[in-house]
Amino acid sequence: MKMEAKRKDGKRARKIAYTLTGILLGCLFLFPIYILVLNSFKNTKGIFTDVIGFPDASTFTSENYPNAFEALDYIRSFGNSLWITVISTLLILLISSMAAWVLVRYKTKTSKFIFLLFAAAMLIPFQCVMLPLVGFASRIHLMNPAGLVFMYMGFGTSMAIVMFHGFIKNIPEELEEAATIDGCNSVQLFFIIVIPLMRTILVTVAVLNVMWIWNDYLLPSLIINKVGWQTLPLKTYLFFGQFAKRWDLASSGLIMCMIPIVIFYLFCQKYIVKGITDGAIK
Amino acid sequence: MKKSKWRFWLFLLPAFISFAVVVLIPMLIGFFYAFTDWNGIVGSGIDFVGVRNFIDIFTRDDSFLHAFGFTASFSICAVILVNLVGFLLALLVTQQFKGATLLRGIFFMPNLIGGLLLGFTWQFIFVSIFEALSKSTGWSFLSGWLSNPETGFIGLLILTVWQLSGYMMIVYIAQIQQIPESVKEAARIDGANGWEMLKGIILPLMMPAFTIGLFLSISNSFKMFDQNLALTQGGPYKSTEMLALNIYNSAFGANEFGFAQAKAIVFMILVAAIGVTQLVITKKKEVEM
Repeated sequence: MKMEAKRKDGKRARKIAYTLTGILLGCLFLFPIYILVLNSFKNTKGIFTDVIGFPDASTFTSENYPNAFEALDYIRSFGNSLWITVISTLLILLISSMAAWVLVRYKTKTSKFIFLLFAAAMLIPFQCVMLPLVGFASRIHLMNPAGLVFMYMGFGTSMAIVMFHGFIKNIPEELEEAATIDGCNSVQLFFIIVIPLMRTILVTVAVLNVMWIWNDYLLPSLIINKVGWQTLPLKTYLFFGQFAKRWDLASSGLIMCMIPIVIFYLFCQKYIVKGITDGAIK
Repeated sequence: MKKSKWRFWLFLLPAFISFAVVVLIPMLIGFFYAFTDWNGIVGSGIDFVGVRNFIDIFTRDDSFLHAFGFTASFSICAVILVNLVGFLLALLVTQQFKGATLLRGIFFMPNLIGGLLLGFTWQFIFVSIFEALSKSTGWSFLSGWLSNPETGFIGLLILTVWQLSGYMMIVYIAQIQQIPESVKEAARIDGANGWEMLKGIILPLMMPAFTIGLFLSISNSFKMFDQNLALTQGGPYKSTEMLALNIYNSAFGANEFGFAQAKAIVFMILVAAIGVTQLVITKKKEVEM
């Protein structure tokens, strides 16, 4: 009996220790965000005199958000980021799944070589192709949002093909053979039989691509040169150049840029975690 | 089944064309540019200069070598810390207590926010908050952050640990959950305490995940750009400039596109060497298991 009680006490003590450590670490991780939110409600004087404390009557302001909203041209930059991310991701999924399917099903030398080419390209860092790409992009009229989408397709397809390839390999071919005998043509075969089987891996690859493209700064900064076309990361960077040391606007601007991705996370948490795990192990 | 050749090419071409235009062709042109004095300005001539750019990396301009040293020591520290913290977080949140799931979400969240936003956020913390804390506590080491190479280095390190350890945590959680409950139960019956359990059972079974975590964090920190640009911009005086930023500045700061391209090729060889080492080690591990 005594042993049992002791064990229970130990268990409870451990639980309390875990909880306390958890709370402490959680606060530490949230601290930067907390500080940003706090200062986004202060005027410049408030940030200058007391950056850690709560805003009081003389330092509180709710003007920062509307001002930053305007300075960031938020609706337009958000819209640009959104459509570029969505369209690029959908196109990457489409062209890569098509390519991966034939690369698995055709066991020729050409097929093997092309797959190897896609896989090897994953090792090429962006810096290595960035200068020549920018050099000739202007000549073939790719310096615009449509060109940017096309580039995301080119850069995204390697990783997507490798992941799809690994998945399709494990789908038995008999189903496709049966459908062919029933009179399916190639296009029907792919969209009616193969695509539905790939649901889980499509979601995984979609999540990884959305997170990459939404947050990407360098490529758009090299390709987009017109004010109305800027994406959110691009606008944020320029915003910082323009309002250096204006932390009242900067803190609220940063919070507004973080909100969409946090909402995306809250809604797709399960898929994001799965995407990360699968993506890491591949 | 009849497999026509045209179907193969029809399905392959959209991906292959975009890949060729965006990656393959620039890559090949890049090899050529690395041996020229290309300055990136439209209309000015391009002359072949042989291997001069590659020699210059080691003689004329030592900024690349400095950036390599900084990147290498940063990567080593980051890899150790990120994986250690990530593993400890994973151990914590896989225990059963209230709020463990919420904590997982909190630890992982910094990962989703782009490097640029993170860089600016931490710039605010290091410059404004640390300064204020230094004034109120009298601790001088909190003053003047990011204004010298040492605090720039540590600042980048703190940012990276904050951002990536949640990612590693997710990788490690997946592995911890694969350890069968029966194995742990058996050890408990044999009277193993927490430390013995960790050393004898959990750590050995975690090895595959450690390999993944190790190389994910190496390639992540070695290729870092956004965070570097937003937090320190390589300053003061290029002392915290990492490789990717160094290449960028060579091209767009100094207009030496040919020289920058030569640096980029050396950079690629370094990255590829890491990648191939990863492949070899992972394959070796798989055979052993």
